[in-house]
Amino acid sequence: MLEKQSNFKAWLYLAPALILLTIFTFYPLINAFIIAMFKNVRIEDFTHDGFYGFGNFTDVLANGNFRQALINTSVITFISVPVSVILALLISVGLKSIKKLQGVYQTVFFLPYVTNAIAIGMAFAFIFNKEYGLLNTMLGWIGITPVNWLAAGATWWRGMTALLIFTIWGGLAFKILVFLSGLQSIDKQYYDAARIDSASKKRIFTRITVPLLSPMIAYITITSFIGAFKVYTTVVGMFGPSMGTAGNPRQFITVVGMVYSYIDQIGRAGTAAAMAVILFVIILLFTFVQMQVSKRRVHF
Amino acid sequence: MDNEMKTSKAKRITYQVLLYTSLTIFAIFIVIPFYWMILTALKSDIDLVVAPPILFLKPGDIVFQNFVDAFARAPFGRNMINTVLVAFISTTGTIITTVLASFAFARLNFRGRELLFLIFLSTMMIPGEIFIITNFNTVAQLGWLGADEIAQTYRQALQAMTFPFMTSVFYIFFLRQTFKGIPDELYLAAKVDGTSDFKYLWKIMIPIAKPTIITITILNAMGSWNAYIWPNLVIEKSEFRLVTDGLRNAYTELAGGTIYNEQMAAALIITLPLLIVFLLLKSHIMRGVSRSGIKG
Repeated sequence: MLEKQSNFKAWLYLAPALILLTIFTFYPLINAFIIAMFKNVRIEDFTHDGFYGFGNFTDVLANGNFRQALINTSVITFISVPVSVILALLISVGLKSIKKLQGVYQTVFFLPYVTNAIAIGMAFAFIFNKEYGLLNTMLGWIGITPVNWLAAGATWWRGMTALLIFTIWGGLAFKILVFLSGLQSIDKQYYDAARIDSASKKRIFTRITVPLLSPMIAYITITSFIGAFKVYTTVVGMFGPSMGTAGNPRQFITVVGMVYSYIDQIGRAGTAAAMAVILFVIILLFTFVQMQVSKRRVHF
Repeated sequence: MDNEMKTSKAKRITYQVLLYTSLTIFAIFIVIPFYWMILTALKSDIDLVVAPPILFLKPGDIVFQNFVDAFARAPFGRNMINTVLVAFISTTGTIITTVLASFAFARLNFRGRELLFLIFLSTMMIPGEIFIITNFNTVAQLGWLGADEIAQTYRQALQAMTFPFMTSVFYIFFLRQTFKGIPDELYLAAKVDGTSDFKYLWKIMIPIAKPTIITITILNAMGSWNAYIWPNLVIEKSEFRLVTDGLRNAYTELAGGTIYNEQMAAALIITLPLLIVFLLLKSHIMRGVSRSGIKG
């Protein structure tokens, strides 16, 4: 127990962080909810054309582009997160059980963590190039004719497939990292006991590894969902700022992408704020549901 | 018995072979984009448009012209200087605010400490897009965007890019954990000797927490290197841009098709420093990453 401090001194230490957070975090948060309620808010000076209630929200939800953005975001989220979590789990367990070259494999799997989504997105875009891309070349070896993944006229599912592969690639490293550090801390006794009982590898995985890792799995799943709902830079990396294919801009626009495109438009700050608030509410609800589920399923 | 031994040994070997094979397949999947980036960046214009594409370059066919062209197309040199400056300013600011706040949360008693910390932590859940709308207005009101974006001065640009990012709740949380691990006895002993709080923080806590502070520095600097969204909003002039923003813009403003080998050379210029930093400072980065829930 520490002695009683003067409150004043503590607040002095906190002041720099507190002032900056107030200006750039707390006030903007409250303000977003306020300007979402006004009509035609100009971002430069927050002048507006009067109170609008929930008008911005109904406008946004009636907007076809926003609905497409919600669909795109949901597809990216609900496919990429489960796939990358399961892959990362399998890779981590595999990595943990090899002796030779473990360090080399580990370094390779961590590489995507530090990369730049824009730069790698461009590399992926060229891998998926119709004429000169690596993927179509490889498909050609097994007799498949070149597929138009992301050039003009590419279908939504093809572009989405390319985007999902890139997203999963980018999401693996961090998850493997967390799972590996979780696996390090599992007591070896459990595995020794299982070996004495000569349990099969599959049984060890489902009955020991997964339950003991479950807090980590829950944590990663929740944070990955939060992150995936905010997807934006990866799409820009792959498709450019238009977030779509040539002649079909906004084909793969995400909710966050919509927010940014509205920031640049005159008198649209309230609409952008309404979109951001909707995203916030979706993330909040979804996180709450996941927390309830993991409370029941996680073995602490 | 002998047969049983043989089958179990065969089983084990089969399992190992399968394991290494599948890990290798995944490793190749991870490495391919890097390989493709390097390969394309080193291709001549003629080799680039060979169909099917050349998958392995002979040493004699490697050209470095693309790097020269990439630097000529966009002010990457200038963008790198900007990035280093922005990283330095925002990291310095972040370290100062983080150290002071973490010290208050970890060591000082004051009314409302736990509640305030909880409020801090709860902001980590909120998507950043909510803040950006108002922050854009704030920097405009502060005059950091210039009269119009063409009139923006370099100093204003730097202020707009650094000030909103001079504090981080996650780093405060991270450093507070480290500070909390320093035994109270040290603090009480220092108090008995009449050491002031600030001197104790400076002489004892900061040196002990140095590894954590280094980790924060690296992560924050990498964040500047990868920053795209905010700089793209507040910067209009290409010579004020940061590297990532400059990269994306340089290759979308092209009339006609993309020059892929030059684009990949530019992408490589941006990726390589990150990879080098990562391989050199792996352990520092890992320490921070395994505790955070947010990528990059």
